[in-house]
Amino acid sequence: MARVSLQVNGQAHSVDLDTRTTLLDALREYLKLTGTKKGCDHGQCGACTVMIDGRRINSCLTLAVMNEGRRITTIEGLGTPEAMHPMQAAFVKHDGYQCGYCTPGQICSAVAMLDEVKAGVPSHVTADLLAAPDLTPAELRERMSGNICRCAAYSNIVDAITEVAGGTG
Amino acid sequence: MKAFTYERASSPEQAAQMVARTPNAKFIAGGTNLLDLMKLEIETPTHLVDVNSLGLDRIEATPDGGLRIGGLVRNTDLAADLRIRRDYPVLSHALLAGASGQLRNAATTGGNLLQRTRCPYFYDTNMPCNKRTPGSGCGAIGGVTRQHAVIGHSDACIATNPSDMAVALRVLDAVVETVQGDGKTRTIPIAEFHRLPGGTPNVETVLAASEMITGVVLPKPLGGVQLYRKVRDRASYAFALVSVAAVIRKDGGSRVALGGVAHRPWRVEAADARLADGARATMAELLADARPQPENAFKVTLAERTLAAVLAQARI
Amino acid sequence: MKFETAATVNPIDRMKVIGWPTERIDGPFKATGRASYAYEWHDVVPNQAYGYIVASAIAKGRINRLDVSRAKQAPGVIAVVTAENAGKLGKAQRNTATVLGGPEIEHYHQLIAVVVAETFEQARAAAGLVEVDYTREPGRFDLKAECDSATDPGKITGGKSDTTVGDFDRAYAAAPVTLDATYTTPDQSHMMMEPPSTIAAWDGGSLTVWTSHQMVDWARSDLATTFGMQKEKVRVVSPYVGGGFGAKLFLRADAVAAVLGARAAGRPVKVALPRPLSVNNTVHRPATIQRIRIGAEPGGKITAIAHESWSGDLPDGKADGAVHQTRLLYAGANRMTATRLATLNLPEGNAMRAPGEATGLMALEIAIDEMAEKLGLDPVEFRILNDTQIVPDSPSEASDDDPQAGAPTEGHESPERRFSQRHLVECLRLGAEKFGWNRRNPRPGQSREGDWLIGLGMAAAIRGNHMTKSAARVRLDRRGIVTVETDMTDIGTGSYTIIAQTAAEMMGVLLDKVVVRLGDSAFPVSAGSGGQWGANCSTSGVYAACVKLREAVAQKLGFNALDAVFEDGHVRSGGRSLPLVQAAGDGEIVAEDMVEFGGITEQYEQATFGAQFVEVAVDAYTGETRIRRMLSVCDCGRILNPTAARSQVIGGMTMGVGAALTEELAVDKRFGFFVNHDLAGYEVPVHADIPHQEVIFLGDGDPMSSPMKSKGVAELGICGVAAAVANAIYNATGVRVRDYPLTLDKLLPGLPAIS
Repeated sequence: MARVSLQVNGQAHSVDLDTRTTLLDALREYLKLTGTKKGCDHGQCGACTVMIDGRRINSCLTLAVMNEGRRITTIEGLGTPEAMHPMQAAFVKHDGYQCGYCTPGQICSAVAMLDEVKAGVPSHVTADLLAAPDLTPAELRERMSGNICRCAAYSNIVDAITEVAGGTG
Repeated sequence: MKAFTYERASSPEQAAQMVARTPNAKFIAGGTNLLDLMKLEIETPTHLVDVNSLGLDRIEATPDGGLRIGGLVRNTDLAADLRIRRDYPVLSHALLAGASGQLRNAATTGGNLLQRTRCPYFYDTNMPCNKRTPGSGCGAIGGVTRQHAVIGHSDACIATNPSDMAVALRVLDAVVETVQGDGKTRTIPIAEFHRLPGGTPNVETVLAASEMITGVVLPKPLGGVQLYRKVRDRASYAFALVSVAAVIRKDGGSRVALGGVAHRPWRVEAADARLADGARATMAELLADARPQPENAFKVTLAERTLAAVLAQARI
Repeated sequence: MKFETAATVNPIDRMKVIGWPTERIDGPFKATGRASYAYEWHDVVPNQAYGYIVASAIAKGRINRLDVSRAKQAPGVIAVVTAENAGKLGKAQRNTATVLGGPEIEHYHQLIAVVVAETFEQARAAAGLVEVDYTREPGRFDLKAECDSATDPGKITGGKSDTTVGDFDRAYAAAPVTLDATYTTPDQSHMMMEPPSTIAAWDGGSLTVWTSHQMVDWARSDLATTFGMQKEKVRVVSPYVGGGFGAKLFLRADAVAAVLGARAAGRPVKVALPRPLSVNNTVHRPATIQRIRIGAEPGGKITAIAHESWSGDLPDGKADGAVHQTRLLYAGANRMTATRLATLNLPEGNAMRAPGEATGLMALEIAIDEMAEKLGLDPVEFRILNDTQIVPDSPSEASDDDPQAGAPTEGHESPERRFSQRHLVECLRLGAEKFGWNRRNPRPGQSREGDWLIGLGMAAAIRGNHMTKSAARVRLDRRGIVTVETDMTDIGTGSYTIIAQTAAEMMGVLLDKVVVRLGDSAFPVSAGSGGQWGANCSTSGVYAACVKLREAVAQKLGFNALDAVFEDGHVRSGGRSLPLVQAAGDGEIVAEDMVEFGGITEQYEQATFGAQFVEVAVDAYTGETRIRRMLSVCDCGRILNPTAARSQVIGGMTMGVGAALTEELAVDKRFGFFVNHDLAGYEVPVHADIPHQEVIFLGDGDPMSSPMKSKGVAELGICGVAAAVANAIYNATGVRVRDYPLTLDKLLPGLPAIS
């Protein structure tokens, strides 16, 4: 057991956790923030994506105890049903989901992904590594490929992200 | 997952000491492979030493014109570093071909070098696997082998190394730097870092138990056209069937290494010289001793055709 | 309400709310993480403990010894349940294998124990301490090897296992142009994103489960059967379901383990199936071997068509209905279909999105492409040439003892069974036009852009439109809020939204005045989500309940229900208009009804149709295939919500791409299990695999389908897609692959030589 201080969505939490508890399970089972989903628990689906210090990661593959003091943002921290984050609103508008289980991960991933593009991080499909990456559909698809949607709202998700990127880029 | 104790190290030497003094201890950095395996009880450390706050997260110039990459530099940051993109693009390309954005944000340079095979028989603890349980046999041989090694394997193991980054480092002749529990440091050429399975596939690298990767040194830039071509079943977020890392230089000195075909990044220096003669000639040297399984003989053809594509692209 | 004659004009036809691309009403909850899935009901019952599943390490044999002593002593452990201490369990009719195995083991990763502990981490660790000693028995794991011993299963979904019409053998032998080809489709996994999960809580002799299930009433019945209880003592709650595709039709290990665990622990227990168990522990789409023979006249008219299919399952299992659509899709006087079922000791085969048609069309629609080429005909025109408005195998439901099953019989009331609607030709023509099919070079391997070989392919689609009874309750409260309650589920299909649209249309209110409550066995029993019947049937049930509510409201307001108009929050009749809310002024009004189908819905063949068009690029060096464009044209009745319907279809199209290119459960024929049993090993499409997708709905209402005039949508989308991809790859490369998936290794031998 270990006492762990977590900064989640701007709130400090101090919890006694088994060292084995992943950040994902700490969020879902201890802080009751169940918006972050467990799809595979092995880094194979992206449903558990959250942002740590602004960077997207799979929360199933990091221990809660390793994230002491770091700034964690989950889907609940982005917006509420009454006041949605622009990315959340775009997913609703473009029907960028079906069953909804991968959706929080897709949205967190998309928000952080746009920051990666802004920061000039290239991708597998970036033709010129030395040029600023464009936000083409091919770039979005490659960068979002760590978020599996078995219902396969992919085509709509790309529309949603494109709209947000256009509005903020 | 077995219970374990946890502590944070504040210096590389201290981290190595902590692991050295505790039986069955392991370093944890990104955790993307270790935790995956711990959940399945394929890895069962009883003590974890968190090395994330060691300050090994910088990329610095070396006196001889190369770069030293800290062992904890995240895959995303390494791929995005301007010097890597400009002078070692094969490394950027390889990193970006691997895993997903989320995993690259967490995975580290040192951890990537130590990631274990994705052989499904290794991953299923009900199955025999000499890598997981020495002496239990190889479940893959005679089973489902489409993803497996075609060269350098043994009767004990036909697993492949899943890393893309390591294939690029192999073609760049990188050097791995380590520190051990007694404070000793050493450098290991990448060519010597990963082992072939032989009779002990459970031993995958030359590292000692308490030895930690502190950095990876890239020699001065090679120039040329640098390409990494990864071929897989789906377009992204999948392990390679075959990958080709190549540095193609008009003045000679071209190099090639393969991923997805062996227990380690596969390079045969003698094959480099054949690159000017084309893919077939190169592969005749590089995969001369290939002994594929019935299900993966296509990898030999695929490797040759992928290299041909790379050579064609380099000529453009 | 009985639906037995064709629908006439009704309030839905106004289409003021129905038919509009309304955003999902549950969307903001899903997009902000506030929708609770099965494992996430933290606050419904206190003191929840964690269960973790132990699964069999062998495929077939017996447990000699199952030692839980170390597990029981592990920190935090409350209980360990195995077959030895579980008590007597019944077996639900819908389950093939016993859910809780032991001592006999029927398949790999069969549930053999559940460990309950205070925390997830403790339960998982203790599960690893359960020691099991097995005796392996030889099993049958190779479908091809078992084909000769396969037997006639007697029936498949949608009809008999075998049918004959005319004299196939003679007509085939006489046909000037023939095709005889064999195709294989592999075992496939649903791989929905939410693992099967359940929280179970006992209260005396009553049981409540919060679970992830497509069919609430089936879950309730099957739990009652399994645990020997009265159905009334079981409550099932499943308001959000993280995907199912058929995998959540049946009672599975998560629910059984949670209920057993809760009984043993004396407190609520939650269990989720770990992803690495999600393939071998549950159900999958079974592999098939399909032989298709087609004979035609030189002009292209099919004179003989035969479709035979072999699949396997556990003893007493089901056959895949791959041949079913061949009885319906193309004309031809002489026909035969046959289905054989082999006994295999692999995990249980069962329904996955469009069971039957999905696999059958993978084969049939390549065969049609091959035949068109032999005939020198365009594949679109060949299909149009052989279209039929009459069911070729009519009557489709013949008696079991009739050796000439399916042949038109003298004196039969309706020797020519017709489709209620069939606009396949319109789908094909419109699709060809919109997709630019005329740009396709009929000679394969001729179109190249740089390193990419470009190809166009298409296929026809058909999927049954099934009708099943569905009930709902509707309330009008004092605030004017219309609340719909039904045990219908929303598995991503948009049920919440289309049900709200239905109630809003019927009651003449805006969507914001409608509340929809789903997925609770306390509500009236609906059709549930399966077989693409959910949308049409459940909204029809809501329609029926709303008709009753309108009658009650009209009566309350002193109107004649028959001519009362419900519009803009008011009820109008005979020059008078009163606010709807007034009817509930002195108390809530509640109405409940069920739609039941019969008469016309049985007299006509009910199906949905479509045309799938695909453009691929195949790397000339490596054989990697990329989908460049996709179009689906769908004839599936009135579209209740074009946004949600489009999503269903693109989801099906994407799953079809997976079936074409990557999805295959690899069988280890020695150990008898699916080797690639997680989301890394079983490759479903990712973002990068899927281009922008176009969907066109013809949108004609079908008055013979329901009062909604809608039909199934969700499964039509997958039908034919994989074959369209395969045909496009053939057009690109000249390599004809008849064994799915079309991975690059199968293309390499036929790709252009490299210099």
